[in-house]
This record gives sequence, structure tokens and C-alpha cells, in this order.
Amino acid sequence: MFRRLALLVLLATGMASGIAWAQPKEAAPVAADPVLEAKVLAIAAELRCLVCQNQTIADSNADLAVDLRKQVREMLQKGQSQAQILDYMTARYGDFVLYRPPVKNTTALLWFGPAVLLVGGLAVFLTVMVRRSRLAADRFEPDLEDER
Amino acid sequence: MKSLRFLIPLALFVVLAGFLAAGLKLNPREVPSPLIGKPAPDFALPRLDDTSRMVKRDDLLGRAYVLNVWASWCAPCRAEHPLIVDFARRSKVPVYGLNYKDQRGAAQAWLKALGDPYVATLVDADGRTGIDFGVYGVPETFVVDAQGRIRFKHIGPLTDDAIRNRLEPLLKDLGV
Repeated sequence: MFRRLALLVLLATGMASGIAWAQPKEAAPVAADPVLEAKVLAIAAELRCLVCQNQTIADSNADLAVDLRKQVREMLQKGQSQAQILDYMTARYGDFVLYRPPVKNTTALLWFGPAVLLVGGLAVFLTVMVRRSRLAADRFEPDLEDER
Repeated sequence: MKSLRFLIPLALFVVLAGFLAAGLKLNPREVPSPLIGKPAPDFALPRLDDTSRMVKRDDLLGRAYVLNVWASWCAPCRAEHPLIVDFARRSKVPVYGLNYKDQRGAAQAWLKALGDPYVATLVDADGRTGIDFGVYGVPETFVVDAQGRIRFKHIGPLTDDAIRNRLEPLLKDLGV
């Protein structure tokens, strides 16, 4: 009984480690320099994949995303900074390629619209409440409890 | 005035509906290119028919041209191709092809089967020139003017409508 259990445990750990080994092989095609690769992914996560639009270049396996990751990697290897790489991408694909669009006149509504809506909504809510609080009690329908 | 206050929500609704209706007509896949009005990116690419001959960007200066990005693996390109053939036949403007990330044999067979409207097809095997042109959805079509500036970009297959109402008027403005 004990032997059987030991065998089972051995099998299970063997299988688990087998799975653990198989995964990184499939996931990262270029893991020669993990530090560089982490940087590539960090920058790729800032960039929109234009073929699939709602994915980042880091997430996507579209052909173009693979090419652009390669481009990012090469530029990093040449010692270029993240800002230079993002400039390179916006020069070709426009601000749309950035997942965090820059603040400028054309994107002001995008950046500040929600805040304006929130403040506007709060302002309307407050004025309504203040006005109501100033009304005389007979302007309201009586509460149910008062009717009793 | 006060009696019309009930119309405010209606007015807001109309404004919102207007925005949504306009939004329906927009194509989210058509990203405005930052390259319009800028010089075409530099390239030096081999010709598809003779890979020993290179075509450089500056070789094409002095005359406006149309650059059509295509690939044999791209199904919409196939649908677009007859329009390009027709346009190239009618128009005096040279049409260049940019064969994007394709196999040479497949590309040549494609042109043989469907007709070759291009003055020359340039081979962009690794897609590097495509990236420089901001290509993300083949087919794409560019117009480069005589000074080498990009004047027009069309993403996706050209349509009769796009050729007649956008491409041709622009080429007329450019005096070709």
C-alpha cells in the first residue's frame, strides 16, 4: 500500500514537472536575454495592435504584431530608449497606436470628458437637493407614515 | 420659457443620437495616417521580376505615382485587383506594386493569373518597408506626389467609389 502511494506521488510530481517544463518552451520564442525580453514586452504592452485593435502588441500573435515586437527588440538592442521607440511607432501609425494617448487639443475630450461629466452631474444633483431642501413641507406629498 | 423646460431631455437625446449616428458611419479600422503630407519613407527594394535590379525611393521623384500594397495571400487584394488593372489602364499615373511579405513564386503566379497592372512591383519580403509606410491592413494604396510626399492613403481594398471620388480628383489636383 505504502509503495503504491509513493509510486503515485512520484508519477504525479513527474507529470507536474513535465508540464512545467513544456510551458515556457511554447510561450517565449526568444528568451535568450530575459531582461531585454521583459523590456520588449513592457513596451509592446503600450502599443496597440492595429490589425486586431483591442489587443496590445504584447498580447497579439498577428503577423504585424510579431514584426513590431521584433522591431522593438532590435531598437532596444541598438540602445534606443522607450520614448524613441514610441516616437518611431507614432510617426508611422499615429497616436492611435498608443494605448495611453498623449494629452493634446484633439484628445482633450477623451481625457477630461469623463471628469467634466462627473462634475456636471454632481453639480446638477447638488442644486436639485439644495432647492428641494428650501421648499416648504406642503410642497411634497405627505409621507406614508404621516397619513396613518 | 419655463414651459419649454420639459424639452431639455429631448434635446439632449437628439444630440446624443446625433453623435451615435455619426459614430455608426465611422470605420474604426480606418486609422488616420500621420504620414499624409510627409515625405515617403526611404526604401531600396528589389523588383519582383528581376531581383538584381533595385528601385530606390528617390528614383521615383519628379512624378506622382500610386503605390498599391498587396500580397498573394491576401484575399481582399484579389477582389481589389481588377479595379487596379482597370485604373492603371485608364490612368496616366504610374502604379507601382509593393509586394508585402510574400513568396516570390506565389506573387509571380498571382500576377500572371490576374494581370499585372504595375509599372514595377517592389518586393518587401520582411515587411520592413511596410512598417515604415504604416501598413497594417493589406491591401493599402498610397499616392505620392512629384516631390515625394505622401498625399493619400487608402486602407483596405479600393472601391469604384474611392477611385472615382477620392483618388482621381486628387490626381487631377496634382496635375497628372
